[in-house]
Amino acid sequence: MRKWNRTQGEGLSPPTRRALLGGVLAGGGGFLLSAFVPGLPLIRASKAQDAVTGIVFSPNAFIRITSQGGVTLIMRHAEMGQGIYTGISMLLAEELEVGLDQVSVEAAPADPAYVDSVAGEEETGGSSSTRDSWVPLREAGAAARMMLIAAAAEQWGVPASACTARHGTVFHHASGRSTSYGALAEAAARQPVPKKITLKSPTDFTVIGTSPRRLDTKAKTNGSARFGIDVQIPGMKIGCIKACPVKGGHLTGYNRAAALAVPGVVDVLTLPDAIAVIASHMWAALKGQEAAAPAWDYGPNAHIATTDIVARMKAASEQSGVTALKTGNAEEALKRAHTRIEAVYELPFLAHAALEPINTTLHIRPDGADVWVGTQVPGRARQEVADATGLPPESIAVHNHLIGGGFGRRLDSNSIGQAARFAKQVSYPVKLIWTREEDITQDQFRPYYYDRISAGLAADGTISGWHHRTTGSAVTARWYPEGMQNGLDPDAVEGAAQTPYVMADQLVEFVRDEPDAVTTLWWRGVGPTHNVFVVESMIDELAHTSGQDPLALRKKLAAHQPRAIKVLDEVAKQSGWGRALPVGHGLGIALHYSFQTWAATVLEVAVEKSGQIRLIRVDSAVDCGPIVFPDGVVAQIQGGLIFGLTMALYNEITLKNGQVEQSNFHNYRMMRLNEAPDIRVHLVPDPDAEIGGIGEVGTVAAAPALANALFAATGKRLRRIPFAKQFSKVDASL
Amino acid sequence: MSFDLHINGAAQTVDVPSDMPLLWVLRDILGLTGTKYGCGVAQCGACTVHLDGAPVRSCLLTVAAAAGHHITTIEAIEQTEAGAKVQQAWLDEEVIQCGYCQSGQIMAVTALLQNNPHPTDADIDDAMAGNICRCGTYVRIRKAIHRAASQDA
Repeated sequence: MRKWNRTQGEGLSPPTRRALLGGVLAGGGGFLLSAFVPGLPLIRASKAQDAVTGIVFSPNAFIRITSQGGVTLIMRHAEMGQGIYTGISMLLAEELEVGLDQVSVEAAPADPAYVDSVAGEEETGGSSSTRDSWVPLREAGAAARMMLIAAAAEQWGVPASACTARHGTVFHHASGRSTSYGALAEAAARQPVPKKITLKSPTDFTVIGTSPRRLDTKAKTNGSARFGIDVQIPGMKIGCIKACPVKGGHLTGYNRAAALAVPGVVDVLTLPDAIAVIASHMWAALKGQEAAAPAWDYGPNAHIATTDIVARMKAASEQSGVTALKTGNAEEALKRAHTRIEAVYELPFLAHAALEPINTTLHIRPDGADVWVGTQVPGRARQEVADATGLPPESIAVHNHLIGGGFGRRLDSNSIGQAARFAKQVSYPVKLIWTREEDITQDQFRPYYYDRISAGLAADGTISGWHHRTTGSAVTARWYPEGMQNGLDPDAVEGAAQTPYVMADQLVEFVRDEPDAVTTLWWRGVGPTHNVFVVESMIDELAHTSGQDPLALRKKLAAHQPRAIKVLDEVAKQSGWGRALPVGHGLGIALHYSFQTWAATVLEVAVEKSGQIRLIRVDSAVDCGPIVFPDGVVAQIQGGLIFGLTMALYNEITLKNGQVEQSNFHNYRMMRLNEAPDIRVHLVPDPDAEIGGIGEVGTVAAAPALANALFAATGKRLRRIPFAKQFSKVDASL
Repeated sequence: MSFDLHINGAAQTVDVPSDMPLLWVLRDILGLTGTKYGCGVAQCGACTVHLDGAPVRSCLLTVAAAAGHHITTIEAIEQTEAGAKVQQAWLDEEVIQCGYCQSGQIMAVTALLQNNPHPTDADIDDAMAGNICRCGTYVRIRKAIHRAASQDA
């Protein structure tokens, strides 16, 4: 996700240069770092431990070098599969002049030194990690290297300019001398942090732009990688949580004696709206929960259904909203249009359904707390625990872990606060787990959107008027209220107020309508996943209605955007756009610019006589500016597409009597291997452009490319997600 | 109740309820956390282990049913020829993203290759459709299976 206004520099202050380059760790004192070393179990490292292992050179918050030569890179961004531990290490290693085989990585603690300046807080989200790190972390690596070189030069009595560094060693070629970083650590720590840093020319890169073996994957092939749910602390108990199935309800009773009678159950804890059964193992906790048979007062939302929520949204959408963008006069241009299309697009509530269910392990003591969790927001996690316990934040250590899928869910820390309110009731460490059912039904959902759109075409095939009014929840208002802009949620219109196309007369509006019984949250691709579906479907509708080729119309309307033309041409070539297809097959195209990355995607679909949709192949041409880790980019586009196609085909969260109707993978369906298309990613980088994000780009492209392909295959226009249930035998015969 | 289990070549005795799924015995009693909880109802495959060489969902297999059989988990799969090949292919193709499902994927593929050393795409579809990957690594899983299958010892 992305906080639009922060991207434009209006939000919280970015970390200072001092924080990024100065001796943050040295000044911190008493840091307790949760450390993950690939291939090894979770270990703890601290300054005290460093003192035992050797003198440490820690020129900034991101690098530690011991006198034994150990190089540790501290990761401020969470690894949740996107490969960021590898990408960030590449940036540091490139300028530090170490090999990736020489480094260990560990997760950063909650500390302002690790604020992401794009996001404005300690956060992994919004496809911002590489964008935010591209310059500062190379500078951090270069500063450390310069200090190591300066230390060697001083020892040898030669100018620093006569020395070079490579693979963890400083060389003085004229005399043939060399010395390792470990041997220089103590002396380097006494060097001043350089004031002026010159970064390598891209032509000298030896790490950036290559595809090394990922740093986190070996441990993920043999069971040794530790996710939050794998934490084991001496004396730890295990509990499972059940909250009231209706938001706003509360617990009215439960059978405590029956729960405690289950062998292994040690405690039953309650909050006003939830119950946790604590046991020596998860099975006892589950059985105990069943025995406890909690009773609820469902409260004011007890009768809410999705149909009620949507009916109110539909009514709200008939009124004007907050203007997000206004150019020319859309109304007049639509009146004089040669062809006009008016449509309603609808996108459902969505669960994140990361495969690792929500879990938090805590040990809350009178004087402080430890929290073991996988989170996208360590600072918020710490504050949640502080709020829940009254402990000062400085006394709370957040040990961030590998995350078994984030997708935006771990951008909220509500589950960590809930766990803390339970854990503070006991003295022992406790791991609190949500079952899969709890993970889906108690999720915070991607908002439902109800979009009205009118677009016109002039006789020459150009756009004559474009009016897009989106109605839905403002996630920003809850999650980051400072980000609201006079009633406008920038996220709700991202991808609508900035299209790749020339539109002289355009009006984009937002109508805020907060649904009852549901809390909304970021979901992979955020605003663009919503709006690009609407915009790219509508462009396709205009093309077909006016008898234009969908690719040709896009090229005409985006002619002023050379990078758009480049990705369109590349995907057209690679996908064989316009080729003859078997009966029942169709090609759909989508173009978008999001997270500072351009992508054009062509999808081939087949609709069987039974109405069964088969995904044949996807080609995606991507220009994210300079590329750090090409294979990582390809993997994110592949995975992002599958994530988005899963949603487009199958996913919707619905409510009945205030309760979520989906509960597990039998009724919240995931795409499976046998359904996955062939995916071909074509990288067309622009090394001189601003660097773009990549984790959400594939997801954004999926629904519009598929909707447009389904139209090409069957003549049926899909304006509502999910698609699969809207096809029957009849459609396939078209 | 007490149960004698043969896990990864070693005998283990556990004292747990007879209806306790093997998944929780492995994770919470024996500390073998490589086997993952994803759904609890045999829908996702993250908890896949081998029972006498056959892939089974440990979230529904009771400890009573597992007792007396040879159980292999992800922690020991590298000791099998097929398992080691699959792990290597997984690294060579850079299959893994978050990795949470991958223990189960590797266990399922290893069992497939042990029975069918050269699977077709259709064989792969049949064997792997029960394992969800939320990160969407399916394209690479298929490629890595073919790679592992092509590397006969």
